[in-house]
Amino acid sequence: MKTQEKVLDVKGLRVSFFTDEGEVPAVDDIDFYVREGEVLGIVGESGCGKSVTSLSVMGLIPSPPGKIIGGEIKLNGEELTTASEKRMRQIRGNDVAMIFQEPMTSLNPLFTIGNQLMDAMLIHKMGNKKQAKQRSIEMLKLVGLPRAEELMNDYPHQLSGGMRQRVMIAMAMVCNPRLLIADEPTTALDVTIQAQILKLMKDLNTKMNTAIMMITHDLGVVAETCERIVVMYAGKVVETGPAVEIFKDPQHPYTRGLIQSVPDMRYKKQRLYSIPGNVPKPGSIKQGCRFADRCEFAFDRCRQEDPPLYQTAEGHSTRCFLFDEKEETAHDNRNTVKS
Amino acid sequence: MTTETLLKVENLKKHFPIRGGILGKEVGSVKAVEGVSFEVKKGETLGIVGESGCGKSTTGRMLLRLIEPTEGKVYFEGQDVTKLSTGDMRKLRRDMQMVFQDPFASLNPRHTVEKILEEPMKVHGIGTPKERKQKVRELLEIVGLSSYHAKRYPHQFSGGQRQRIGIARALMTQPKLIIADEPVSALDVSIQSQVLNLMQDLQKEFQLTYIVIAHDLGVVRHISDRVGVMYLGRMAELTDSEKLYDKPLHPYTQALLSAVPIPDPLYEKDAVVLEGDIPSPSNPPSGCAFHTRCPFKMDVCSQKVPELREHEPGHYVACHLYTEEGSAAGQNKQPLEEGKYE
Repeated sequence: MKTQEKVLDVKGLRVSFFTDEGEVPAVDDIDFYVREGEVLGIVGESGCGKSVTSLSVMGLIPSPPGKIIGGEIKLNGEELTTASEKRMRQIRGNDVAMIFQEPMTSLNPLFTIGNQLMDAMLIHKMGNKKQAKQRSIEMLKLVGLPRAEELMNDYPHQLSGGMRQRVMIAMAMVCNPRLLIADEPTTALDVTIQAQILKLMKDLNTKMNTAIMMITHDLGVVAETCERIVVMYAGKVVETGPAVEIFKDPQHPYTRGLIQSVPDMRYKKQRLYSIPGNVPKPGSIKQGCRFADRCEFAFDRCRQEDPPLYQTAEGHSTRCFLFDEKEETAHDNRNTVKS
Repeated sequence: MTTETLLKVENLKKHFPIRGGILGKEVGSVKAVEGVSFEVKKGETLGIVGESGCGKSTTGRMLLRLIEPTEGKVYFEGQDVTKLSTGDMRKLRRDMQMVFQDPFASLNPRHTVEKILEEPMKVHGIGTPKERKQKVRELLEIVGLSSYHAKRYPHQFSGGQRQRIGIARALMTQPKLIIADEPVSALDVSIQSQVLNLMQDLQKEFQLTYIVIAHDLGVVRHISDRVGVMYLGRMAELTDSEKLYDKPLHPYTQALLSAVPIPDPLYEKDAVVLEGDIPSPSNPPSGCAFHTRCPFKMDVCSQKVPELREHEPGHYVACHLYTEEGSAAGQNKQPLEEGKYE
């Protein structure tokens, strides 16, 4: 049952990478939360900070050069940014688990599937070897893999991409985490296999009430699986709200442009909308709205000040001056955006 | 669009040998492409879709003989390309160019953009050095970059800009046919649409014919006039893009289309989720390669390979549901309306 309780609550998170060229902010003051049992989508293009965000939650930011320089990450009410490495190790896999884009590189080629599945349980002291084996087989069956007993003795290279991703999901779910972070879980897979994996993730979400934080660049995947969406651009959250509303009435010019530039398979358009310019490199824009250079509605204020998040409806907010009630010029433009 | 045929492919095959044992004897083969035939008309865009390992890229490369076909014929303007000598083939490549998927790997990092773009003209002995430089600048502007970019190196560009350079390079020799292998799959969503629009503009401007190979069905629908769906080295269905998306005949096409996530949370679809994985092309299933995953499987499917036949004018499909064998077996389950299974 869905409650209002937040499994994950991130406030004011800032992550920077300290390189030879100076500080590069990858994630710049972001807020979001994941409620119990819900599926949250984090959407954005390369370099927007979506993966860095998920790695921060897991405490896996490579340090140096990366560092969390501000904000808080609360998992079940517990602060993670200040937690010790020992405590993080207890949390990882147990309370929050993660699956990655490339299932081949995230499985160890030298160990059998069974070995790797049981490892997580043994580390978290979820029982003895026999129980761990029992549960591993159950998990493999749960994620829809045939001949689970035999698979326990197979090595990762003996499996196909889709099967490997199922194993990854089984491994993540083995300790029954309250939050599953999925970083581009289907990007490396074919469409028919992608459909299988997405269906599996949704089933697990309903069956086991595990909250899912789905990180992806694919708007189709988001529309199909997520209840709420966070849109990121250049290290900032630019829009957040319920999936249905964001697709029906995207407010931020970037969200709107993004949705319009995807070719929809259901009908043919003569010409696709395209956002001019390129995705900015992290840290290259220092002043004003990060999207101003590519935005057709940008005015002077956009280039000078950083817009705050404006709440436009219950649970829906947008980081754009067009939604500032005091902004005179914005009014006409906003209507243009909406029409 | 004229009705003149620019490219005709007949029964094209590619078997990659698998060698084993101490003597390196051939112990088997990967049947990457198993008899593909199609035609491309002047000025049209043919899309080829399919999942990994279906042979779509191998097919694309065989057309240019970047991979030598094992069997079959490729006619370009009536001339059999597979019989040409290496020298003649090189000359012909002036008319057939390729755009690759990875704009990071397909541009030489040690050369300036000018050198990269000039190369095809030099190879084909077109123009004087001055004319070539002029043309480089012209084309950079055409693909949406600036002439001052000529002196820069590939690493100074973003992915989308590099793909523009890749397209400019393909245009340098004023080709008639461009084969684009996954031209936008390495790009960000907002950049994808820029490159797709550019390709459409260039097609109009230079009367180009495209063969676009891609796995993204949305992209293929957007850019193609006709679409061929491949599965395990064979063409499963081939028809106008409108027909294919509105009324797919082959069960694989139906499943493929329903598997694509639609960017609209309110869209209700009855998804057909295919069971199982794509079989290995080194040991493909007997008969119709799709029968192991097909919801309409009949006995004949595992025994006989269905041929690609014209079911309706201009709509080719390779499936026993539409052959006499299938009907004769008395098990002809008419495929249900799109998406409505069970």
